[in-house]
Amino acid sequence: MENYIIKQISVFSENRPGRLAAIARALQDEDINILAFSIAEADGFGVVRALVDKPRNAYDTLGNLGFNVAFTDVIAVKMRDHPGGLYEIARILGEGKINIEYSYAYSGKEGAVLILRVDNIQSAIKVILEGGGSLMETSAFQ
Amino acid sequence: MTRIWDPRIEEMPPEDLKRYQYKLLKSLVYRLYSFSPFYHDRMKEAGVHPDDIKSLADITRLPFMYKSDLRDNYPDRIFTATQEDLVRYHVSSGTTGKPTVVGYTQNDLNNWTSSLARALISCDLGRGDVIQVSYGYGLFTGGLGLHYGAERIGATVLPTSVGNTERQIELMQDLRSTAIACTPSYLLHIGEVAEKMGVSIRDDTSLRVGILGAEPWSETMRDRIQEWLGIRAYDIYGTSELSGPMFCECTEQNGFHVWGDLAYVEILDPETGESLPAGEEGEMVLTMLQKEALPIIRYRIGDITSLEDSVCACGRTHPRVQRISGRVDDMLIIRGINVFPSQIEYALMGIPEVGQHFMIIVDRKGALDNMLVQVEVSREAFSDKITDLMSIRRKIEHRLRSTLNVAVGVELVEPGSLPRFEGKAKRVIDRRTL
Repeated sequence: MENYIIKQISVFSENRPGRLAAIARALQDEDINILAFSIAEADGFGVVRALVDKPRNAYDTLGNLGFNVAFTDVIAVKMRDHPGGLYEIARILGEGKINIEYSYAYSGKEGAVLILRVDNIQSAIKVILEGGGSLMETSAFQ
Repeated sequence: MTRIWDPRIEEMPPEDLKRYQYKLLKSLVYRLYSFSPFYHDRMKEAGVHPDDIKSLADITRLPFMYKSDLRDNYPDRIFTATQEDLVRYHVSSGTTGKPTVVGYTQNDLNNWTSSLARALISCDLGRGDVIQVSYGYGLFTGGLGLHYGAERIGATVLPTSVGNTERQIELMQDLRSTAIACTPSYLLHIGEVAEKMGVSIRDDTSLRVGILGAEPWSETMRDRIQEWLGIRAYDIYGTSELSGPMFCECTEQNGFHVWGDLAYVEILDPETGESLPAGEEGEMVLTMLQKEALPIIRYRIGDITSLEDSVCACGRTHPRVQRISGRVDDMLIIRGINVFPSQIEYALMGIPEVGQHFMIIVDRKGALDNMLVQVEVSREAFSDKITDLMSIRRKIEHRLRSTLNVAVGVELVEPGSLPRFEGKAKRVIDRRTL
C-alpha cells in the first residue's frame, strides 16, 4: 500500500502579490518540476500545495529560504476523462465512508488525475482498489 | 442653574489652596508612614521621614510610585483599608497579565463623585439635563463613575453603556438626551451610524454637550465634533488608579481642572525627574491627597502634558492640565482601553503555535480603532489544512481578547517575515490620526 502514498509539499503563504512567484522561482532554480498544484485561501493567508518530482529537495530548498513547509500524504486516483469520471471515484469513497479533506485535479497526457487528502489514507486505498478504482503509484511522480 | 458646585473649594484663593494641600499632604504622609508597610519601607529607602515634609515643595523628597508597584502587589497588598471598609472594586487590565485592582472606601467614592459633580457643573450641566452615559459599565470605571457624578448634580442618567449604537440613537432622540459621556471615537461612530439611519445629531436630537475621554484626542477632532454634531465637546481625564474619570474641562475649554484638594500635580522632566515650571511640557506625576483605600503618591502615570496655574476665566482657582500630548512609554489606547505591547507579548508566550515575534498595527475603521496583531506560525504548528490554521488564529484572537479586554484581529504571516529588533523593539505601527 505504501507504494500509493505520495508526499505532497504544502507551503504557508501570505496572500499578497509575489509570494507564489517566490515559491515557483525557488523550485525552478533547483530544477524541480511541479506536476500538480493548487492554492487554498483563507483571508490574509493561503496554503500552496504541490506534487513535485523531488519533494525532499523542494522541502529543503523552501525551508532554507524561510518558508513554512510540511509534507502531507496524499493519494492520486486515475479518472476516466469523460462525463461521470469524477462520480465513479466519489461514489466509491462515499460508500466506503471515506471523508475527503481536500482535493484537486489535473487532466494530463495520460488522462485525468484526482489528488486527494483523506482522513484515513490506508482505508481509502483499500476502498478504492476494492471498488475497482485505480491509483497512481508514487513512482509515477517521484 | 448652579454655576459652581462647591464655591468654597473651587474658588479658594490660590495661597489658601496651597496651604490646604500642604495640610492634606502632611497628614497623608504621616498616615502612610504609620500604617502602610509598603510606603513605610519606600520612605525609609528614600531616607525621608514625615517630619522632613516642611512645605508643599518638599513633596519632591518622596519616592515615586509606578504601575508596576500595583502589579507587584496584586491584588490588594498595597491597600490601606481592610476589606470590611471597602465598598467597591474596579479592575483594569495590567501591563503583563495581572490586572490592576482598585478598592474604594465610602469616602473614596464620595470624593470621586464630588470631583465629577464639580466637573459636570463646570461644563454647564445640571438638574434638567439628561446625561447618556455611554462608557462601559462594570469593572471599567467610566460608566459607574460618570453615572454617580451625573446623579449627584441632579441630572437624569440614561445608562446605555457602550454598544448597540442604533438603540443608543433611538433613546437619545426619544428621551431627549442633552449630554453624552463616551470616548470621542465612539461619539464619531454614533454620528456616522445616525446619519445612516437618517438622523442628524445636530438637527434631530437635543444633544448639546459631550464629555469625552478615556483616549487621547486633538483640537482638530474637537472642531470636527462640535461643527458636525452641533455640541460643545469637553475633554475628561482620569485612570482607574486615580479612581476613574476625575478631571474635566470647564466651559473655557482650556485644559482640565485638577481639583487641588483631591490631587497635587507635578510636571517633571521624564529623563532627570526634575520639576518643570508651569507652561513647560513634561511627564505628569500625580499625588492623590485624600484617597484612603489605594494611596497614590507621586504616581508616574506616563502621560506627557503641561500645567497652567493661573486663575481660570471661569473663576476656578485650581490648576489646569493641558491635553495629553503623548506617552513616556509604548502604551496604546484602543477604544478607551489601555493596551501595552508587553501584554500582547505575555499572551503570545502561552501559545506554542506562534513564535515570539509580533507586530501591532493600529488603524481606524470609520471612527473606531482597529487593532491587528501579526504573528508568525511556527514550523511545528504548521498544518496544510486551512481549518487548522483558522482555529489557531481564533485561539490567538480569543486569548488576546481575554488578556486585553478589547477585540483584536490576528493575521498569520510567514515565519521570518516580521521585523527583528536589536535593542529597543518598535512593534507598533499606529496609523491613526487624531
